[in-house]
Formats: sequence, C-alpha cells, structure tokens
Amino acid sequence: MKFSRFAVAALILCAAAALGFGQAVELVGAGATFPAPYYSKVFDEYNKQFNVKVNYQSIGSGGGQTQLKNKTVDFGASDVVVTDENAKSFPAPFVSIPTVEGSVTITYNLPGNPTLKLTSDIIADIFLGKITRWNDSRITALNPDAKLPGTAMTVVHRSDGSGTTGVFSNYLSKVSDEWKNKVGEGTSLKWPVGVGGKGNEGVAGLVKQLPGAVGYVELIYVLQNNMTFATVKNKSGNWIVPSLASTSEAGLMPVPADVTKMVLTDTDAPKGYSISSFTWILVYKEQSYDNRPKDKVAAMMKLLWWMVHDGQQYAESLAYARLPKGVVDKAEAVMKSVTYNGTPVLQ
Amino acid sequence: MKSERSSDTAFRTLLVLGGIAVSVLLIAIFVSLTVAARPAIIANGFRFLTGSEWDPVTSSFHSLAFVVGTLITSLIALVVATILSLALAILMGEYFRTGAFSAIMRTAVELLAGIPSVVYGFIGLFFFVPAVRVLETVLGLPPFGVGMLTTSLLLAFMILPYSASIGREIISLVPSDLKEAALSLGATQSETIWKITLPYATSGIMGGVLLSLGRALGETMAVTMVIGNANVLTFDIFAPGNTMASVIANEFSEATTNVYLSSLIEIGLLLFVVSTLINIAGKIVVNRMAAR
Repeated sequence: MKFSRFAVAALILCAAAALGFGQAVELVGAGATFPAPYYSKVFDEYNKQFNVKVNYQSIGSGGGQTQLKNKTVDFGASDVVVTDENAKSFPAPFVSIPTVEGSVTITYNLPGNPTLKLTSDIIADIFLGKITRWNDSRITALNPDAKLPGTAMTVVHRSDGSGTTGVFSNYLSKVSDEWKNKVGEGTSLKWPVGVGGKGNEGVAGLVKQLPGAVGYVELIYVLQNNMTFATVKNKSGNWIVPSLASTSEAGLMPVPADVTKMVLTDTDAPKGYSISSFTWILVYKEQSYDNRPKDKVAAMMKLLWWMVHDGQQYAESLAYARLPKGVVDKAEAVMKSVTYNGTPVLQ
Repeated sequence: MKSERSSDTAFRTLLVLGGIAVSVLLIAIFVSLTVAARPAIIANGFRFLTGSEWDPVTSSFHSLAFVVGTLITSLIALVVATILSLALAILMGEYFRTGAFSAIMRTAVELLAGIPSVVYGFIGLFFFVPAVRVLETVLGLPPFGVGMLTTSLLLAFMILPYSASIGREIISLVPSDLKEAALSLGATQSETIWKITLPYATSGIMGGVLLSLGRALGETMAVTMVIGNANVLTFDIFAPGNTMASVIANEFSEATTNVYLSSLIEIGLLLFVVSTLINIAGKIVVNRMAAR
C-alpha cells in the first residue's frame, strides 16, 4: 500500500514536470564549431528574452549536415555551402540562412614577425609546395623591407576535417587552376606538402614551434592570440589587412538571387578581404515532417529571424563580422520561403 | 550443505555468463563494424588494402599509408619499451625489492600509467618534438620535429609503465632457490640476472610488452598531436605520417559523404583485425619462448 501511494505521488510529480517543461520550447541544433561561441551567446540572450531554449552541439560542419539529413536535429549549421551533389542525399529540399561572417588568415613564424604582403598566386604556390624558401624572389619583391631568411618553408594545415579548410581551399581553387585540378576543395584534402595540426590551436601551435612554418588559421584565433598574419591582395588589386571590418566588407558584392549559393571568397568588393565566408544555418524548406508541432517551427523561425537582425549586435564583441545589409534582405526572403503544410511560417 | 552447493552453482553460472558476454561483445563489435563499413568495402574493393592514396575530394580511399604508419610507430615503440622496461623491471625486481626507493619507484610507474593520453601529447609536443628537431638539425634533415620517430618514442614511454609493472611481477616470481644456487656457485649478481632470471622470465616479460602494445596500436590523441598528420605512405621515420587510429579521430566528425564515413569505419575494422593478428602472433612467440 505504502509503495503504491509513493508511485502515485511520483507519477503526479512526473506529469507536473512534463507539463512545466512543455511550456518552454526547446530546439536542438548541431554543426559547425567556428560559430559556436557566437551561437551560444545569442541563444543564451534569446532564451532570456523569449524563453526558448536551444541546445547547440558543435560537432563540425559535416556532422551538422549529417544530423539534419537524419532529422535528429531541428537545424544544422555549416561553414561551407552544401555542394549540389551532397544536397541530393538530403531526404527533402532545405534552405541555407547566412548568420555571420568569418575569415581565414595566413600566419607564419619568421624572425622579427614582419607583416608580409602576399598575393593569391603566391599563397597557392606556397601551399602547393612550389615555393619552398622564404627568400624566394617573388616574396622578396613584394616585401623589400622585411628581412627574409633562406629558411625552408614548412606548410602547416588542418589535420581534422574543417570548415576553415573548406573556405581556404575554395579560395585557392578560385585563384589557382593548378590547385583546382591537383587538390580541389573540401573540408579534408589530400595535401601536397606539409604537416597537419588538429584544430586552430593545433595549427597555431605547430606554426609557433617550427621556425619558417606557414599555416592558415581563423581570424578570431589570430586576433585573440596576437599572432602575425599576412596582408593579402584582393581581386580589385588592393592590399587588405584581415580584420572584422574588411571581412564584413567582403559581403558588399552583388548578391545573387539565390543567396544560399553566395560564396565570399575572392570577393569583388574593393575593400573586402579575399578569404572570407559566411557561416550558415540549414533547415528544411517544408517543416511539417515527422509530426513536428507548429509552435516549435514558429519559434525556430522567429529565432533565426532574430539572429539575422537583433542578434547581429553580439557579433563584433565576439570577433565575428556582421552580415551586410544586402545579404540580410536576401536572407529574409529565404526565411520567408520556409513553409509549414505549404503556408509560409513567417508572414 | 545443499544451499551452499546451489550458491556455488549460481556463482559459477554468473562467471560463465560474464565470460560469454565478453566473447559476444567482441563478435558484436566485429559484426557492427563490418556492417557499417559495407558501403566502403563495396566501393573501395580490394585496392583499399594495397593503395596508399587518401583523397576525400575525389573519394579515393586507401589504407596502406595508415597501416604502415601504425606498424612502424608501434614496432619502434615496442623495441624501445622492451629495453627500457627490462631495465626498470630488473631494477625493481632484483636490486630494490623493498624499501623506500622501491616504493617510490613503484608508485611513480603506476602513476605514469594513469596519466591521460592528451597530457602525454603535451609532453610530446614540448619535450620530444624539440629534442627530435635538434637531432634532425644535427643530421641535416628537414627539422619538422613532429613525425614517426617522435611518435614512436612517445608511445614507448606511454606503454612503459604497463610492461615494466608486469615485468617486475614476473621477475619477482623467479624461484629464489634457482638464483641462490647460481650465487652459491660463485656467479655475480649480474651474471645471475643474465643467465638465470632473464631466461626464466623472458616469456612473461614479452607477454607484458605485447599486452601493452595494444595501447600503442590504438593510441589516438597523443599520436595526433606529434605525428604530423600527413596522409602519405612513407617509410622514413623522420617524416610526418599518420596512423589508423589518428586518421579516424581527425576526420570522423567532418566526414560529409557516406563513402567517406564508411571508409573511416573500414579503417576501424582493419585496425581491429590488425590488432587481433598481432596479438595472436605475440601469443605464438611467447609460447615458443616459454617452451624453450
């Protein structure tokens, strides 16, 4: 008897708890690690204001795509544009919404930490293993003031699959045909030369340890760690120092009708930094799958809308670059195309 | 009496069930790996084992570079660890069997076994990498610092505590009447160790080293940090390379296509098979030594 009374009490408690939690919407997302600090900040702010809890797992862009494919998350996040071929393996059409911008810098270990000027073809040839010494005439010609030693270059790349590699190899494929044909673009590559480090910290650590090393690291990481990085000549012929401003500038290029295919690398923007990119959130276009409750879908779309607008104010303090105005307009159109049973979720 | 016997049976049944569960688990791991690797096995074919190219962009997946990397690093680690653990085991099992020094040394070795591998990775990065770089500079080689030799040395230190502890146990099990007989015939202590203790204990010590080899084969984090992660086939111990466990850890989270993911699982399956084969080979060697 005693036992059954306990059981009843426990049941009531459980039911109460379930009802209580039922009131707050909880969303689950997974994907890119690069925007994770930004996402956790905006999700936290959003939860404070609108009581919507978001559980975000930073498992990597590839993982985010896979989880969305398997429909185990409400939204996926990716640093790279989903390729047309890969999009075919999704069970239903989805949309990509840009959230913030980031960029990739070229960092190196040279005596005196000079700020070097590098052009896209020099960068490509360094990572192809064709330029092997720091005092190569092509580099010294651009940097007459820097005392460049004859040390051998050691290329350091990411060993783990990464959106950073995806953005960097996308850039190199655009500026060098040889890179495009020999290596190509992807989150993991068959590197012609060099050693691999795991994560931004792994690459940065190896660059710091190896005299003459050169690697690529996210802008946020080099800013936070006061590392030396190269000034890069962009498509318009201007020398651009990578910064939040020049990264944001990169988005000031003609926005294609389909913003989800917009890639910022090798940007046309005159003051934009060449190796910049968006990071994306992916959701299915038709949201009524798997009997998802409509209020959950509405909460998710409101959250995404808020991130592209009000949420942007948190970007710069965390070293992310804001979306430019033209892109926000296009992202609005993309979000409005998301439907529930055929009717748009956002009016 | 009767109830005692029935509790005895229950205990025995429990133990048998535990034993069966372990075997079933092993088979289940093999089967689930095979099932998950099936798309890759079909797509890659037999070339998976003989080719060395690993190119996710063109979906060209072959494992030889990683198998060779794993075997080279583990074998060098095995040789280094055998020498060092023999020395440690003799020291602890023969010269300092009791007393404060022995207690300190034994505790130190046991503590070494408990250090997480990421910490070993840092030790490797800050101690072994600069040391190997100095060596490479002296030899006139490209001074990467990271690479297969660095990994081997680090792995040797990682498996040392296990093999040294087992070695010490084995050496202290050598019957003292044998050693006393040798000493009474006028043999010095070092002669006794070389002629009596070691021949008697070798198979057990080798068994201990082989047991710890499992850690070297499957070690991931520490290896990733110091091996240089170059996915190319190389037999040069100073060059950067990669191992099976390390490439899986590196690339699993961003494996976007099905074949890619499945190929990484196929490497896991291969690692499973290679570990099993090495274990069986090791058992045969140990049994032969014991028979002599």
